[in-house]
Amino acid sequence: MAGEKNVGLVLLDFWVSPFGQRCRIALAEKGLPYEYVEENIMAVKSDRLLRSNPVYKHIPVLLHDGRTITESLIILQHLDQVFPDTRPLLPADPYERAHARFWADYVDKKVYGSGSKMYTEPQMQTNIEMVDILKTLERELGEKEFFGGEHGFGFVDVALIPFTAWFESFDRYSFKKKSFDRYWGVKVAEVAPKLVSWAARCQERESVSNSLYSPEKVYDFAGMMRKDFGIE
Amino acid sequence: MNEPVKLLGSFGSPFTHRAEAALRLKGVAYEFIQEDLGNKSELLLRHNPVHKKVPLLLHGDRAVAESLVIVEYVDEAFQGPPLLPSDPLARAAARFWAQFAVDRCLRTLFKALWTPDGEARRGFVAETKENLALMEAQLEGRRFFGGDEIGYLDIAASGLAWLTVLEELAGVERSMIGEEEFPALCRWRGEYTSHEAVKACLPSRDQIVAFYAGMKERLVLLAKSMQKK
Repeated sequence: MAGEKNVGLVLLDFWVSPFGQRCRIALAEKGLPYEYVEENIMAVKSDRLLRSNPVYKHIPVLLHDGRTITESLIILQHLDQVFPDTRPLLPADPYERAHARFWADYVDKKVYGSGSKMYTEPQMQTNIEMVDILKTLERELGEKEFFGGEHGFGFVDVALIPFTAWFESFDRYSFKKKSFDRYWGVKVAEVAPKLVSWAARCQERESVSNSLYSPEKVYDFAGMMRKDFGIE
Repeated sequence: MNEPVKLLGSFGSPFTHRAEAALRLKGVAYEFIQEDLGNKSELLLRHNPVHKKVPLLLHGDRAVAESLVIVEYVDEAFQGPPLLPSDPLARAAARFWAQFAVDRCLRTLFKALWTPDGEARRGFVAETKENLALMEAQLEGRRFFGGDEIGYLDIAASGLAWLTVLEELAGVERSMIGEEEFPALCRWRGEYTSHEAVKACLPSRDQIVAFYAGMKERLVLLAKSMQKK
């Protein structure tokens, strides 16, 4: 991504990773130029990736003048701190910051925790779990335009929006089983309509639409992963 | 903001301890409210409806949940010595290693402790030691992970401090954090548990035993359910 001024940022990433997408969206929201490097993590991991993230060996990795920062939410907070003249993702008030961190943690633990099982589990045991999670997020969003509330599009919005591309996969993989009668045929739009509107609003932002891939592509990717895991 | 501070917690729980340690290190006066986890109070359920867990910090009418979120809130909302370093890279590193300590050390250690003897347990012990070696290296001969003073990472990893009591309870013969393999961590443990501010909120051996004794069966079941994760 070409910028007028090079601020020494390189992002090691993988196209469909929601964690990588968080970083892309954050960098775009802040108008920060960076070099995007696609790491094919499905194949052999590059030396650079292994050297810069020896502990977890995964993306995203942010290189800032050669120094490494890893873990998407840590990267987001780092960008806020190091580029204070750019649009902040976290609000200034300590309580609002705590609130944002709590919900971003919820996304990691619950949305990713339950959602990623669609790669590895033949039956979505977590159907009911995922419906609860979606309803909880719906309640938290309430009538707000964004999760950031008065702050606007912020930390929690960035943390959650990449996972909405998985909504289609939740619909197709989750709600097929007749044993879950109550939920059979229920779409995310019926369980959490405000969340769906919120996702559409986020998609109107260039930072988001430029960083995410279509739900179809994510669905295809999930299908491929499930084949790899021997589930389909 | 001079509003009263209350901490709902369960004395003996390492998660509750993190919140207390942060409050004490910042010199914040607070009222500790012991929660009966088998019969949770209306106050807890009302202010932490999502997880319904302790610790829960109440600062005036603000409620903050999740131990490490509480630690950061205490750091930012109150005056006193900083818990997180001010340097951006050091700060990112502290957060990274805290996450590592929680996910790869304490969690794996939990599985190692409460999984019955056998191949699975041996695997968890090996994994725990491998990961603890990285924490050992992070100390780099310093008194605390935070340097001369206790910091965010020390607080996050503080559950390691009462490991020996748990190992006794679980019937382990040789501690996972032995002096020979982990001299820096053993020294750190001594420094942490004897620190003036922290001592006051560290449960005694008897209190830890009391907290965990009735739970053994449940812990074994929980460890079993965690095996694949």
